[in-house]
Amino acid sequence: MTVLYIVVPLAVLLAGCAVGAFIWAVKGGQFDDVDTPAHRAIQDD
Amino acid sequence: MIADAVTNQAAWSDAAPNAAAIAPCSHCGQPVPPGLAREDQANQFCCHGCETAFGIITSCGLDRYYALRDAAQEPAATTGRTYADFDDPVFRGLYVRPMPGGLWMCDLFLRGVHCSACVWLVERLPTLMPGVVEARLDLRRAIVRVVWKEPDAVLSRIARLLDSIGYPPHPARDAKARTLRREEDRKMLMRLAVAGACAGNAMLFAFALYAGAFSVMEPQYRTFFRWGSMAVTLVCLLWPGSVFFRSAIGALRARAVHLDVPIALALLAGLVWSVLSTIRGAGEIYFDSLSVLVFALLVGRFIQHRQQRWAGDAVELLFSITPTVARVVSEKGVRECPSEALRDGDLVEVRAGDSFPADGQIAWGDSYADESVLTGESRPVAIAVGSQVHAGTVNTGSLVQARVTAAGEHTRIAKLMRMVEQGAAGRARIVRLADRASGWFVIGMLVLSAGTLAAWLYLDPNEAVNHAVALLIVTCPCALGLATPLALTVALGRAAREGLLIKSSDAVQRLSKPGVILLDKTGTLTVGKMHVAAWAGDESAKPLVAALEQQSTHPIAVAIARDLKGIFENSVREVEQTTGGGIRGIVDGQQIIAGSPAFVESRVPASEHLAQSANEFARQGLTPIMIAVDGVCSAVAGLGDVLRPDAGEMVARLRAKGWTPRILSGDHPDVVSAIARQLGIADAKGGQRPEDKLEAVRQLAAAGTGVVMVGDGVNDAAALAAADVGIAVHGGAEASLAAADVHIAKPGLSRVVDLIIGCERSMGIVKRNLVASLFYNVSAAVMAATGYINPIAAAVIMPVSSLTVLALSFKSRSFGGRP
Repeated sequence: MTVLYIVVPLAVLLAGCAVGAFIWAVKGGQFDDVDTPAHRAIQDD
Repeated sequence: MIADAVTNQAAWSDAAPNAAAIAPCSHCGQPVPPGLAREDQANQFCCHGCETAFGIITSCGLDRYYALRDAAQEPAATTGRTYADFDDPVFRGLYVRPMPGGLWMCDLFLRGVHCSACVWLVERLPTLMPGVVEARLDLRRAIVRVVWKEPDAVLSRIARLLDSIGYPPHPARDAKARTLRREEDRKMLMRLAVAGACAGNAMLFAFALYAGAFSVMEPQYRTFFRWGSMAVTLVCLLWPGSVFFRSAIGALRARAVHLDVPIALALLAGLVWSVLSTIRGAGEIYFDSLSVLVFALLVGRFIQHRQQRWAGDAVELLFSITPTVARVVSEKGVRECPSEALRDGDLVEVRAGDSFPADGQIAWGDSYADESVLTGESRPVAIAVGSQVHAGTVNTGSLVQARVTAAGEHTRIAKLMRMVEQGAAGRARIVRLADRASGWFVIGMLVLSAGTLAAWLYLDPNEAVNHAVALLIVTCPCALGLATPLALTVALGRAAREGLLIKSSDAVQRLSKPGVILLDKTGTLTVGKMHVAAWAGDESAKPLVAALEQQSTHPIAVAIARDLKGIFENSVREVEQTTGGGIRGIVDGQQIIAGSPAFVESRVPASEHLAQSANEFARQGLTPIMIAVDGVCSAVAGLGDVLRPDAGEMVARLRAKGWTPRILSGDHPDVVSAIARQLGIADAKGGQRPEDKLEAVRQLAAAGTGVVMVGDGVNDAAALAAADVGIAVHGGAEASLAAADVHIAKPGLSRVVDLIIGCERSMGIVKRNLVASLFYNVSAAVMAATGYINPIAAAVIMPVSSLTVLALSFKSRSFGGRP
């Protein structure tokens, strides 16, 4: 079971990466307007 | 689309019986008025605006717009302004920002955007006009960010194009405030993400530990998991959770107690105890509960914040609509310039339908001014050379020129705005229900913990501290913290969908208790426009008068032409108008005179019977218009503002709910008392100046009655701000929007009644939530004090209590729907 000492920190690290990616997206303004993109998606050009 | 056009026509058929044969407008889908129908054309238009917009859209190959958009439309609101002021250095300094690469950027607020097709069309700006690099529309805020390259494109041309396709642009004010708020939104989202990830991971560690507690776990792994969960929880509490500590410290410094104090206390106690246990390697840990607590509370706060932000944004943007442009007349001709740049002595031109940009004196032309924004008086005032006019009032007649006597800060409207600020400052702040409870809550928590500690020190000293800490954690008012904001947020969201924008949740609480409701006459009780309210005499004169009155722009003439449905083919000749008197002309070969009784009776022999009717109308607060056909007085019409059809029923419903309706209006006392008689309202005051209204509200507030003020004009603004709740109704002026707590997007009293019912129900939900969360807290406290609680029980109770509150908030009906 000593593998836990590697796997658990790895899992936490992965979660950290996900949070990091989210923060990057927020800082890039991707969550500033969450309504208009839904309307943009139906325009096919 | 076709079905909609048919229903539109059905609705229209009252006004024009033969409309069914006419095709709908090619741009907006509304029926085309008979006079404008062109039989030989494939495309029909209801107005010039629609025709322009259609021409531009199709000539640029953007026909797809018509396939994308919702069927129901408003006619294109094209104004035909030149927007020359958008290129003025003053304007540029205020609203336009440079971008790298010689590009310029400006945020414009667009009126009339509402659906996907609008997004599509507006974002095709670069196709429509060379030089525009990018156009991004934020549909919810109706703000488009335009980036362009000069000199290929200039802002005034972009603005003209937007205007001509039916979206009149206005500079979006307060760019700085919006940037700040966006930063705050982003920070909240980031905190939420970190807290969520930490809470999830802390739970995973906790699961491993609970599983280990029931089976057998080797001590080294147990220690490893405990340290792991401590690590993620520390991140959670020190980064996202720090807001609670900061806010609690702030509250204690201000010697106040709000809900963050007990929350911070529980978090701190749990954290210190759990960290000590981890370091010692023995004792209970509550890391999972703590991080989930932080996450849940942040979620509650985030949705509440978003909702309030949205309502605030929507109202704020309405400010942008007020005209900021003046047309200055000089030797070189007329140029547009921002009203901020006006000086005393400037000569400004004001077109019919525009509002005056500054206080001034009429130098040329005569017309009528709608001063309801300042005085509340719905009857337009005649203005001629030498008359005083005020900024913000609307020129309803024809083109005039005015010499500026006071601009900007010194206008009467600016002085009223300062009164608004004073009114708002004098209002007592409401103590929130949950905050009022939290003071007692802290004391209760501390007393209970101390009691538990003392009791267990006597019974079993080893377990004493453990039980006391458990009690502090399980009584953390998580559900209590969510109870009020969640219920109110859901209510505010539903209200917004119903067209009721509530700026502060305090207003909901205040509106749930009956008090005195002060109603403004125009816009709330009445339709706010001149109508033919009464008619006496010969019916056959109606179409003739209507045809004649079509030749005039006088507000009374417009009302008669609209309400009496003239026969449009009538030939009208030799029209002659007398300002302040009436109009005469030949319609279908018959000599028609219409005007004030004095005007008509000076030209034809008076009729005893009709003169009596005219006096009767005047007593009712109506303006009598005498009509003579071929030298004989044949009829008299009474013109005035008419009651909304539902006003009587709504006043009765307000009374049934325990409210006392009163009228407080700037209108002429006769008119007000006539309206009050019809509604059975005993306490009605007319001729009220803004100062009088403010005084009336202050007196009522001082007497301790809850005062709700409903109004729309600048003249109401100070009173709106001073009242416990100010409600600005549809079409209100900037000042009243700024001062009011609630903005109602549709006119009429029925919306006010909906608002009150919704608020009552919302407060019911809040109270139910508080009871539910207190129930959880009390039972958890009992379990903890008796020693029956452990970290697993705590981890279960907390989310269950929050979920109960969540479910109660979303399932209950507040605004909208029938009871």
